[in-house]
Amino acid sequence: MKEVAVIGVGQSSFVRGYEGSIRELAFEAFREAMQDAGITQKEVDASIFCSAPEYDKQRSPAGVLAEYLGLIPQPTFYVESVCSSSSTGVKVGYGMIKSGLHEVVVILGFQKMSEITSAESQERMGRGADIQWEAPFGTMMPAYYALYAQAYMAKHGLTHEDLMNVRIKASTYGVINERAVYRKAVKPEDFKQGDPEAKMAGPVAWPLRVGDCCANADGSSCIILANAEKAKTFTKKPIWVLGIGAASEAVNMAARPDFTKGLSVGYAAAAQAYQMAGVTSKDVKVAEVHDCFTIAEIMAYEGLGFAPVGEGKQLIREKMTYKEGKIPVNVDGGLLSKGHPIGATGGSQIRTIVLQLRGEAGAMQVAGEPEIGLVHNIGGVGLYGNVTIFGR
Amino acid sequence: MGFEKFGRKSFTAVTKTAKFVDFLGEGKVEGTVCKDCGTKFFPPRADCANCFSKKMDWFEMPKRGKLETFTTAYYAPFGFEGDPPYSMGVVDFGGGLKLFARMSKALKPEEIKVGMEVIVSPIKYDDGQLSFEITKA
Repeated sequence: MKEVAVIGVGQSSFVRGYEGSIRELAFEAFREAMQDAGITQKEVDASIFCSAPEYDKQRSPAGVLAEYLGLIPQPTFYVESVCSSSSTGVKVGYGMIKSGLHEVVVILGFQKMSEITSAESQERMGRGADIQWEAPFGTMMPAYYALYAQAYMAKHGLTHEDLMNVRIKASTYGVINERAVYRKAVKPEDFKQGDPEAKMAGPVAWPLRVGDCCANADGSSCIILANAEKAKTFTKKPIWVLGIGAASEAVNMAARPDFTKGLSVGYAAAAQAYQMAGVTSKDVKVAEVHDCFTIAEIMAYEGLGFAPVGEGKQLIREKMTYKEGKIPVNVDGGLLSKGHPIGATGGSQIRTIVLQLRGEAGAMQVAGEPEIGLVHNIGGVGLYGNVTIFGR
Repeated sequence: MGFEKFGRKSFTAVTKTAKFVDFLGEGKVEGTVCKDCGTKFFPPRADCANCFSKKMDWFEMPKRGKLETFTTAYYAPFGFEGDPPYSMGVVDFGGGLKLFARMSKALKPEEIKVGMEVIVSPIKYDDGQLSFEITKA
């Protein structure tokens, strides 16, 4: 269905300690996306701002940011689904355009995680999931994903070496992505157990180690959507939103059906998106998946149908998800190397896929002029799942 | 009031399920069961999402189950700094009932295995906080 298209994409560099305010950070992605689309604010009908609010000092940031971006008096509002906020924003924007309510919508994801002190950040981290029944035990994000990793590794024979190889793959592309926060190559010796020089080897929440976890970052992303008529007016290379899927799951671990099968929202959102787009996993030629932890990428392969349940490890063992492989995944460095500025992450993934489909991804470009690309963006520990499929 | 006594550190003071903490004080881990449709809930709920009833009873959770998964945390959030390393896990009792909790300090991380038989029991910490934990069967 070629009814709603991406006509502009932008992203700030993802950095530690952005030297500016959230409005200045937001403007970086906005400027690039507007220049990419070749439009002015007069052509924009509405804006949607996306972040995880616990990191914002500014209450109700949409109005403040809309003013700074020059998007008043058009309607603006705020959307959040933690780490998948900007994918959710794109879904909402799609609906607004498809309904005929608006023709051109700006979706701006941002997060300045350094806005609060690291002690404040630690405190919020402890309230990341179910604050009534789980946070009182001292939970945190790596521990939750470690629950999945432990059960999965025990059942399917996934090893620490496999997880390490996901991180090594990410770093291969972090090195060539100048917008990434982590630009260094990662080597097997960085994971050597018992070596004090091996910075990736220390346990965080076993079985996950330092190198299995993505880094906090400050950053912004911007996606501009338009209806078919406007898209054809503004751009020669519209990238169409072909399918959108979204799902939710119980927050409490006691209500999760099966830890050996990965996140249920990944499966549910993928099934919806494939059905809407009328394509299958085999048609996807380049993908961005939510690798907040190495185990999350392996589980995503299976949720998306790139591998059968329990066989995701084969894709990394056989380097099938490298740029030259059968299904290139996260060839921009992923969250692991790019960094994970929560509200900006989904938009950054979408930008990567749009550039890939346009053939404008530079050193990261996959060969063969891919026609179909996919974005998999998870919020919380599989609390929210979003899969969006794009095509030329 | 009363729920601030739950766990190592509670973030919730007021809930209709605060009686859960009183039960912990009596040595019992209880869930709720809907009086109208019989659906069982753990963690406890005040409202039945199955039939919309607000008539709930308490029932004692099974004590013995299988460890479905676990992790050992070497870093902790703010307010838990003195605790690491500590393990947390999910216990499956069968019949759709599961529970997430800390594991006993008496269990060494290398002793813990997916699928092992475990027991869940209430615990009172030195500072008076009430909780429940997973121990070896």
